[in-house]
Amino acid sequence: MPEPGRALPQPTPETKHFWDGTQAGELRLQRCDECRHTYFPPRPFCPKCASRKVSVTKASGRAILDSYVIHHRKVPGFEPPYAIAVVKLAEGPRMMTNIVECAQTPEALQLDMPLEVVFEKQNDAITLPFFRPAKG
Amino acid sequence: MPHNTVAVVGAAETTKLGVVPDMSQIQLHADAALNAMADCGLKPKDIDGVATAGETPVQTAHYLGITPTWVDGTSVGGCSFMIHVRHAAAAIEAGLAKTILVTHGESGRSGIGRGPRPVPASSLNGQFEQPFGPMGPPSLFPIPVLRYMKTYGVTHEQIAMVSVVQREWAGKNPRATFRDPITVEDVLSSRMIAYPFRLLQCCLVTDGGGALILTSADRAKDFPTKPVYILGTGESVETPMVSQMESFTSSRAFSVAGPTAFREAGITHKDVDHLMIYDAFAHLPLFGLEDLGFVPRGEAGRFIAERNTAPGAKLPLNTNGGGLSYMHSGMYGMYALQESVRQMRGTAPAQVPGAKISVCHGVGGMFAASGTIIFSNQKP
Ligand SMILES: [Zn+2]
Repeated sequence: MPEPGRALPQPTPETKHFWDGTQAGELRLQRCDECRHTYFPPRPFCPKCASRKVSVTKASGRAILDSYVIHHRKVPGFEPPYAIAVVKLAEGPRMMTNIVECAQTPEALQLDMPLEVVFEKQNDAITLPFFRPAKG
Repeated sequence: MPHNTVAVVGAAETTKLGVVPDMSQIQLHADAALNAMADCGLKPKDIDGVATAGETPVQTAHYLGITPTWVDGTSVGGCSFMIHVRHAAAAIEAGLAKTILVTHGESGRSGIGRGPRPVPASSLNGQFEQPFGPMGPPSLFPIPVLRYMKTYGVTHEQIAMVSVVQREWAGKNPRATFRDPITVEDVLSSRMIAYPFRLLQCCLVTDGGGALILTSADRAKDFPTKPVYILGTGESVETPMVSQMESFTSSRAFSVAGPTAFREAGITHKDVDHLMIYDAFAHLPLFGLEDLGFVPRGEAGRFIAERNTAPGAKLPLNTNGGGLSYMHSGMYGMYALQESVRQMRGTAPAQVPGAKISVCHGVGGMFAASGTIIFSNQKP
């Protein structure tokens, strides 16, 4: 029997645009049409002013490394040690992710380092957003 | 809420703490509740209010044979019991109940009589955190630590002193799980769990329970125990996802709950003789000291490293040894409350001489929730 893989998300009506976006190679956020607040995680109203007039926007994919831990215990789908990171997107919101194409060490993972999004297909339904050190 | 109108008259932990494989979780609730009732000479028929987390108030009331006129099942993690105390005080003042039992029991280590608690894949946590490899609190709670350290220049050695000092307190407590002294070197060479935190910076995982009985301050005088009055209370919640905290250097829930309790109590920090800050992990006392205003921003690491919270120092903190050394069943808040009550009764193993005011501050989830209770042993 193959080893169980990582836990995968199950999209809901309110989050479908986000997971459709990752499959299309886009990191989709939402922005309030009234107060212009950009927010995450998804919901069909603005968490700042409660307006239901919100639009889906494509994020730049640029971020900085905000904070992380390097996990040393075994978790299905992961080979420890691996970093569980939170990045701060250029548009403002924070997001949990993994850092790829980078050593999983305190020396390599410097806070505030610039990152860019990459998408990794997990199965036919789910593509996850990861981040790697920015190349440009 | 008026001050000093409600008091704790009964308080007890389970007879056994640590590894208790011969008791299911509901029995741990009951064992603590029976001990608390015996403490103040009450029977289940005398109780008309029940608050609990982990089990529902329905399960607890039925199991103990209580017919309540008021229940509270607030379940927001380890500080649920601080919030129960706050709600209980309000309920007694409003006349909804006269004698309220708050119970905690958790088979955190042995797992007897409780099921697994999976994160649903369709929840926000399940969609936006679980896919990236967390496994419970040790992988998530320390996420803000590196940002906090960089922002304020806090060192690994300073944070290690949290564990060292609390072990000194535990050494004075015969009921503490770990009592042998440790050094900064011991902490920083213990097994890595989730960098930057190592084993000795993470709480224990044990079995146990605790219970409190509250009534009006007027009635409290008729009980055999020394009343411990509720001077002020506060509560708040922020986010179920640690990644969505407003800040990684401060907890919004702490910053609401703590100051609310201080305002209600009408006291200042220099009035505080004894302090409990829920320490599931070693950074929580740092955030607590700063968010509650005991030290300026960024100063808590130095404050603890310079032994200001150690035995004999000016601000005795986590005097039972805390979740890091005393016990931690999963929802530790009840044990912090028990230690505050013992300190106010003058019966703590590491008693702070002459202590009159105790602040007890709790966290729930990964900075998801917070509750603060300020106790006093001074008559209203
Ligand atoms: Zn808005």
